[in-house]
Amino acid sequence: MIFEGAAWAIFLLPLASFVVISLFVRPFLNQYEKYSGYLTILAIGAAFVLSIWALGSVLGNEGEIGWEAHSWLAIGNLEISLGILMDPLTAILLIVVTSVSLAVQVYSQGYMRGDPSYSRYFAFMSLFTASMLGLVLARNIVQLYAFWELVGLSSYLLIGFWYNRPAAAAAAKKAFLVTRLGDVGFLLGILYLFFNKEAFLSQGLNPFEIADINLIAHGGEVAGVQIIALGSGVATWVAVGIFAGAVGKSAQFPLHVWLPDAMEGPTPVSALIHAATMVVAGVFLVARFFPLFESSTTAMNIVAVIGGFTAIFAATMGLVMNDIKRVLAYSTVSQLGYMMLALGVGAYEAAIFHLFNHAFFKALLFLGAGSVNHASGTFNMQYMGGLKRYMPRTYVTFLIAAVSISGIFPLAGFWSKDEILVGAWNHGGTIGQLVFWMALVAAFMTAFYIFRALFLTFHGEFRGGVDAENGSQSGGHGVHLAESPWVMVAPMMVLAVPAVVSGFLANPLNTAWGLGIVPTHWFSKLLGNVEFISVHPEPMNLVMAFGSTVVALAGIGLAYLMYYAHKVSPEKVAAAIRPAYNAAFCKYYFDDLYEDWITRRGFYKGVAQSTDWVDRNIIDRIGVGIGFLGRNVGQVIGMLENGQVQAYGAGMSIGILVILVVFSIWN
Amino acid sequence: MNLENFLIFSGIIFSIGLYGALSKKNVITVLMSIELMFNGVNIALIAFSRYVVPQRIAADPVAAEAEVARALAEGTALGETVLSTLLTGQVFAIFIITIAAAEVALGLGIVIAMYRNRETVDVTQANLMRG
Repeated sequence: MIFEGAAWAIFLLPLASFVVISLFVRPFLNQYEKYSGYLTILAIGAAFVLSIWALGSVLGNEGEIGWEAHSWLAIGNLEISLGILMDPLTAILLIVVTSVSLAVQVYSQGYMRGDPSYSRYFAFMSLFTASMLGLVLARNIVQLYAFWELVGLSSYLLIGFWYNRPAAAAAAKKAFLVTRLGDVGFLLGILYLFFNKEAFLSQGLNPFEIADINLIAHGGEVAGVQIIALGSGVATWVAVGIFAGAVGKSAQFPLHVWLPDAMEGPTPVSALIHAATMVVAGVFLVARFFPLFESSTTAMNIVAVIGGFTAIFAATMGLVMNDIKRVLAYSTVSQLGYMMLALGVGAYEAAIFHLFNHAFFKALLFLGAGSVNHASGTFNMQYMGGLKRYMPRTYVTFLIAAVSISGIFPLAGFWSKDEILVGAWNHGGTIGQLVFWMALVAAFMTAFYIFRALFLTFHGEFRGGVDAENGSQSGGHGVHLAESPWVMVAPMMVLAVPAVVSGFLANPLNTAWGLGIVPTHWFSKLLGNVEFISVHPEPMNLVMAFGSTVVALAGIGLAYLMYYAHKVSPEKVAAAIRPAYNAAFCKYYFDDLYEDWITRRGFYKGVAQSTDWVDRNIIDRIGVGIGFLGRNVGQVIGMLENGQVQAYGAGMSIGILVILVVFSIWN
Repeated sequence: MNLENFLIFSGIIFSIGLYGALSKKNVITVLMSIELMFNGVNIALIAFSRYVVPQRIAADPVAAEAEVARALAEGTALGETVLSTLLTGQVFAIFIITIAAAEVALGLGIVIAMYRNRETVDVTQANLMRG
């Protein structure tokens, strides 16, 4: 059974690594910078081992391990605590974050070799991992919010890691500002809880404790005590505020624009932060407050529809991108939409399961893209091709991940995608129907775009790489067609294992069919131990499984015809649907809408220029006017002060005369 | 003759003095004007002293005089009080004349000192204290 200090160490070890690297290694021992990489791996490796321990303990405990909260601040009768909430959801996220982070840190040893800011990279990576683990472990919504902002900060720092490239600097700013827009909603949600604190305090609960929020949202009789639930209006608004934060962080429509641009960061960063961990923080957040969301149908429908729309909307853009990392970025947005959709239809365990599987195969896809970049020097798939011959190990791992994300039996993606589809179907109603079909179309597109990327990158003839791309800015590796070093390939191979087998953890099959190793519905039952969560593990739906596999195979088949067999010309298809193709290729003009219309014309021309006018012409003039007034009055009064006794005497005499006259008239 | 005539006369003298004190540039003239103002005030004081008397005395001066004489002879406080009340104006005037004499002596000393330093007795040049 894990003790509390060990749980704190999961978060503190990477933090210590960040502090040591940034305060000691980087300023004093920069010639030994390779040790910053080793230190990071060591710290995260230890955190990984502790996370496994934590998961084991949670399994043994069959649910939350109760630890006391530590008092941090007291505002009147309201206490803000610090502490750890160790339940199955936390334990699963800990495993995801530490394992993917560990793989990515090892990979970075090869990918970042020779970078002038090697130590800074690992310092930021440690900071990110620490903040993400802190976010997952938080027991208090204020504590969670602090780490929420910290992961945003580390994301900003790492997207802009190559800050001398204007595109990277701009992308970092964009990511920070766009996610901040959602964070404002999150903060408003927290404040709204605060304003409704009486509902909590009168029942001896704390409006900032996550467990208490879920308890009061759940309502009813809990442990023999009748709990008065929040009003549905309050619950809805708090849930919507929290969801706004999730929309920003998880790049859901309409705040999806930052994630594709975030690909300007180093590829391992994209793999860790913008595919596997930070972007799922939004999904985690909704899952964390799931009882709250469940208590409001409106909030659930919003989550489902935003998720479903994002899944299909992002997938259409993934179909047409030429940059492999952008294809993967839109894929990530789309898959995150899947998870949100699952949460919205109440398929809690399916969403978390997809989060779990997705982390591995999407990180693997990104690491593959980085490996490909290592050889070809570019991310543009138009200049790749034929790399299968030169980098077979990268090819095989990429292929495994691609098959997995497409949802082909029996790889990981199949199981979770299937559960989500079943969940949406069983939810029923207009919303359930709507998001089910959205998810199914998105599944088709997913299979298509990921195999399009695979065929363009690895099959056919090599099309020249960075040399053919002339004047590209993609790192300047130059072309050297060879497999990446083992330090990069090994983590990919390790990640390929869960990409294949992690799906079995859900095991919807009867024990009679038995895979024998994993008990039926293992994953769902584990999550069923989260407080106030009820899971409904479904037996495998063969029609659904068959249908979704056919859809995925159709997507793969279409990609095969267009990009491998060249039976169908992509150019002709694009020409046939030219307006739609252009719209998707230009990202539905959302960047133009936000940057040109809302930012430039709305904010800059409208708000900023009018406030500037007010500032210059009214505020400034008042200030300057007061200054002039003071100076002029001073000059006039100064003229009286002329040093002539006779003038003073005259003034005094006239003054007395005036006083006398006034006084006599007065009386 | 009554009080008003004296006061008007006093006002005229005072105003002439004031005008001179404020308008003349020569320090000697200014000092002379100040003397005029002093004397205007003196006239007013004497006039008041002469014409404004306590009501009891004004009502029956003979009885009052007798009462005061008796009080003075007996050495009670009343007699001195009445006397000092009646004589306040005159005493003030004498004081002012004395002070004025001292002031003129001092003023002329300053004038001589100023002339030695600046070779002028023009008051507009005496502005060293100006900020």
